[in-house]
Amino acid sequence: MAFISSGYNPDKPMENRITDIGPRHFEEFYPPVIKANKGKWLYHEILEPGVLVHVSESGAEVYTVRVGGARLLSCTHIREICEIADKHCDGYVRFTTRNNIEFMVDNKNKVAALKADLESRKFAGGSFKFPVGGTGAGITNIVHTQGWIHCHTPATDASGPVKATMDVLFDEFKNMRMPAHLRVSLACCLNMCGAVHCSDIAILGFHRKPPMLDHEYLDKMCEIPLAIAACPTAAIRPSKVDTANGQVNSVAVKSERCMFCGNCYTMCPAMPLADDEGDGIVLMVGGKVSNRISRPKFSKVVVAFIPNEPPRWPTTTSTIKKIVDVYASNANKYERLGEWAERIGWERFFEKCELPFTHHLIDDFRDPAYYTWRHTSQFKF
Amino acid sequence: MAKHATPLLDQLESGPWPSWVSDIKQEAETRAKNVKGIDYQIPVDVCDDLLGLMELTYVEKRTHWKHGGIVGVFGYGGGVIGRYCDQPQQFPGIAHFHTVRVSQPSGKYYTSAYLKQLCDLWELRGSGLTNMHGSTGDIVFIGTTTPQLEEIFFELTHNLNQDLGGSGSNLRTPSDCIGTSRCEYACYDTQSLCHALTLDYQDELHRPAFPYKFKFKFDGCPNCCVASIARSDMSFIGTWRDDIRIDQKAVQAYIGGELKPNAGAHAGRDWGKFDIVKEVLSLCPTQCMKMDGGKLVIDDRECTRCMHCINVMPRALRIGQDTGVSILVGAKAPILDGAQMGSLLVPFVKVEEPYDEIKEVIENVWDWWMEEGKNRERLGELIKRQGFQKLLEVTNIEAMPQHVQEPRSNPYIFWREDEVPGGFERDITEFRKHHQR
Repeated sequence: MAFISSGYNPDKPMENRITDIGPRHFEEFYPPVIKANKGKWLYHEILEPGVLVHVSESGAEVYTVRVGGARLLSCTHIREICEIADKHCDGYVRFTTRNNIEFMVDNKNKVAALKADLESRKFAGGSFKFPVGGTGAGITNIVHTQGWIHCHTPATDASGPVKATMDVLFDEFKNMRMPAHLRVSLACCLNMCGAVHCSDIAILGFHRKPPMLDHEYLDKMCEIPLAIAACPTAAIRPSKVDTANGQVNSVAVKSERCMFCGNCYTMCPAMPLADDEGDGIVLMVGGKVSNRISRPKFSKVVVAFIPNEPPRWPTTTSTIKKIVDVYASNANKYERLGEWAERIGWERFFEKCELPFTHHLIDDFRDPAYYTWRHTSQFKF
Repeated sequence: MAKHATPLLDQLESGPWPSWVSDIKQEAETRAKNVKGIDYQIPVDVCDDLLGLMELTYVEKRTHWKHGGIVGVFGYGGGVIGRYCDQPQQFPGIAHFHTVRVSQPSGKYYTSAYLKQLCDLWELRGSGLTNMHGSTGDIVFIGTTTPQLEEIFFELTHNLNQDLGGSGSNLRTPSDCIGTSRCEYACYDTQSLCHALTLDYQDELHRPAFPYKFKFKFDGCPNCCVASIARSDMSFIGTWRDDIRIDQKAVQAYIGGELKPNAGAHAGRDWGKFDIVKEVLSLCPTQCMKMDGGKLVIDDRECTRCMHCINVMPRALRIGQDTGVSILVGAKAPILDGAQMGSLLVPFVKVEEPYDEIKEVIENVWDWWMEEGKNRERLGELIKRQGFQKLLEVTNIEAMPQHVQEPRSNPYIFWREDEVPGGFERDITEFRKHHQR
């Protein structure tokens, strides 16, 4: 390998430097039918799962075929997306907030060939490259974080549990038979790089053991005051520790105050939390971000812990499937999972979903906890 | 023959959903074959070693990535996240495996020509693996070495007219929904506002000067497809203040069954005949709709614009025409002080270039937060610590009932001295003339 210079001169970093130009202008990338009809769309219709038409007041139509994708994409795969876009869509394509890919054509006659082409492509291992679906009252793609593939703080993997969960929920990606749309999200630790805390079903990686203390290196690798200040429960205090190489400045952790958030580890690499038995998954349900009918809601913890079970996380996926099935057969049309649980009562939710209720599920974190206890004589047996 | 055996990962190749394991394997194969004769600038077997590391992680169930080091490009404090493997001897191909965040175009529309340019660059100078897209919205290049960072930045800015995104304690790359470009619900042009503010605040995006991260997200309507209300420090949600437009003929077509409710979103199950009373009128949160002599009547003054009726009957009902945005502030995920939903600060403002009214709110909020915010304190936490009243004070916004779900249920009002006639200074001697000890 020979180093290939881009033209950058390390001796003169400011020479010809271009900065602060931001992203490319979005209009460069609009398909012509989008550019011509922006702001003029009258209505849309989902023709079949994964296929939408939007109709403009000009009479123009744009047909969209939506396909699921792992958000982790190789350039080889992106080039295949480009090949499809070139073949069917005049070289245009877009991505959605939930990591789906949308291919748009301006004529109904082009839809069938595009769809057939997308559905025909499979990876060598047998999975679909471009499954069509993810619209309407179904389950669309899972938004997720990096997990074990690229992050230093995860308590679980992201891409693995997502693949395993979407395999189990695949029929619902291809159908629109839920009472309302159901959004599943995954965050591999409490930092929650995505908005999983307001999802119908949130899969959350969680640590359960306080940080280990690498005393000999702690003061060398970290700013001790920052590590102490990072703790939301004031569980960390300075301490002096005797090591083989003499006394060193370090910290001590009051284990019973630790909520395992990992914020100290973010500030101090000498305080790792990861543990094969300690780490696992929390399931939260009933959140939403839409303002439709009821207010946006936070998801609630309904399963306090499931161990990490790579490669397919069977307990996690079967628990999710159970919740989805019970919701689908019990909720009213248009009712989101959280709205259904509130209507029937959470005691009934646990009963119907056959989930054990344990003390871990009662909030004890600061003031908001009180507002979640039951302050009425109304409850169901 | 694969470099590392991956029996656990291989189990993620079966099943219908697109397999990232299969995809990384095909990238590894593409690199090994190197049909295009690329002079790879990072190890050829980077994808093989990544699969090997993941297999080890699947066995041990603990991540093998270390903390990010201080790497980046000259003059920027964000956009690159350093990443090092903790088993570099075993997996030398990914000993350095830094992330580069590339600012995505608003609306996430692309041409294949541009995507191919990105691929050309990333195959030469990186792992060939990406996220399309990261959680915040960026195009994410996963995995390169330190010497390649300036080269990538130089090529991006000089050849692709493309900048990096945000990371660290700065303005994170703003993101938006599809907006008016392809959605009839959008109350404003999310792409134009997102792009304009992204350009206006490039300095805040590239040079961390904030207490912590700060996110803008732009939702065209209260359906909130980009979840701005849950995850952005400042959330811009499209809304309107006049009347929902009604097409009575289309209402009848829904009632008669000629049009499918909710644009066909429920077509996969037989929910029975459409019932406008049950499915629309009774589910309206303010009960501001009724059928009167065969006509649908909406008391728009009582409507809170939840979108339900419009979602169910998009051919019959359209958003109003006097549109703008509501601005909500302070949303965040649970770290550290618990999750917060956005709180309504500006009920309505028009979205008109050059967006001066909106920028005034943004800059007043930033001035306060940069002055008062503690290290790693999100805006929402500062609002909780200093009070919503303080936020109103720094943004010069009058308190109004729209700001609260309900008024306070404790009377512990922190009256300011200037609000109480005569002030707080009093004469105890004078008081004692009338009141014995």
